[in-house]
Amino acid sequence: METSSYQDLREIRQMMEKSSRFISLSGWSGIAAGFSALAGAFFANRYIKAYYANAYGTPDACPACLKQDLIVIAGLVFISALVLAFFFTYTRSKKDGVAIWGTTARKLLWNTMLPMAIGAVFIFHLMEMQYYSLVGASSLLFYGLALVNGSKYTLGEIRFLGYGQLLTGLYCLWFPGNGLAAWAFGFGILHIVYGIAMWWKYERN
Amino acid sequence: MNPIDQLNKIFDSRIRLGIMSSLLVNEKMSFNELKELIGVTDGNLASHLKTLEDSGYLKVQKGFIGRKTNTSYSVTKAGEKAFKQHLDALEKMIRSIQ
Repeated sequence: METSSYQDLREIRQMMEKSSRFISLSGWSGIAAGFSALAGAFFANRYIKAYYANAYGTPDACPACLKQDLIVIAGLVFISALVLAFFFTYTRSKKDGVAIWGTTARKLLWNTMLPMAIGAVFIFHLMEMQYYSLVGASSLLFYGLALVNGSKYTLGEIRFLGYGQLLTGLYCLWFPGNGLAAWAFGFGILHIVYGIAMWWKYERN
Repeated sequence: MNPIDQLNKIFDSRIRLGIMSSLLVNEKMSFNELKELIGVTDGNLASHLKTLEDSGYLKVQKGFIGRKTNTSYSVTKAGEKAFKQHLDALEKMIRSIQ
């Protein structure tokens, strides 16, 4: 009898967790997003270096072109990270036999996408006003807040990734000169570390 | 009073327990969402839902998405109270053993 009441309680707890969180988020999604970000940072660094080595100070200098190239790189990173994250999560949900689209996925998306969308508008306006030194920090900060907010609706550990992004973002706020390195660390390294940890904890078998 | 007697017979079944637990953290769930979460057949789930509905623990709302029927369920006040009492009884039972 005593074991049965323990089991009942465990069942209740499991059902409450399972029904309120989107648990198919794959660790591979984090790893893939991290590598996209590192690749993006690598190319961005090359473009910036090339610009200062060749064009800077000459009549050919075109800061608007560099800006456009960097925006394209950032956009590509964002899209490839999103597509890869979706792909790995889709694969995992297939394997676990749960539908990817349900109440929990909807809640997770809404709670992460809202801060990110507001962040995107905010950053767009910063660029319009040419406050470029705040762009890196703002993207890390809004993303970090989105993760902490979304952590209630998926694997709770994702909030630690969020805290990491927030700290990196705060650092970036005062040292915008290291913006690219902070980006590579936040969006690259932290994602990879988180992805590996999650894979190790939940998907190893 | 023996705590075993305070356990609610309706919640004897793991499936009914699962239904109540998930509906207490989610205001409203559809038949299909419940089915997927609990992993039982349509008929089985329907009969357990019926039991809970007949006891007055669940509210049923029938709606449509396009032409397909979409039935969703939520917990009534009585259901919430009964579930709380059941949890208290489980707690007492565990305490009495220790």
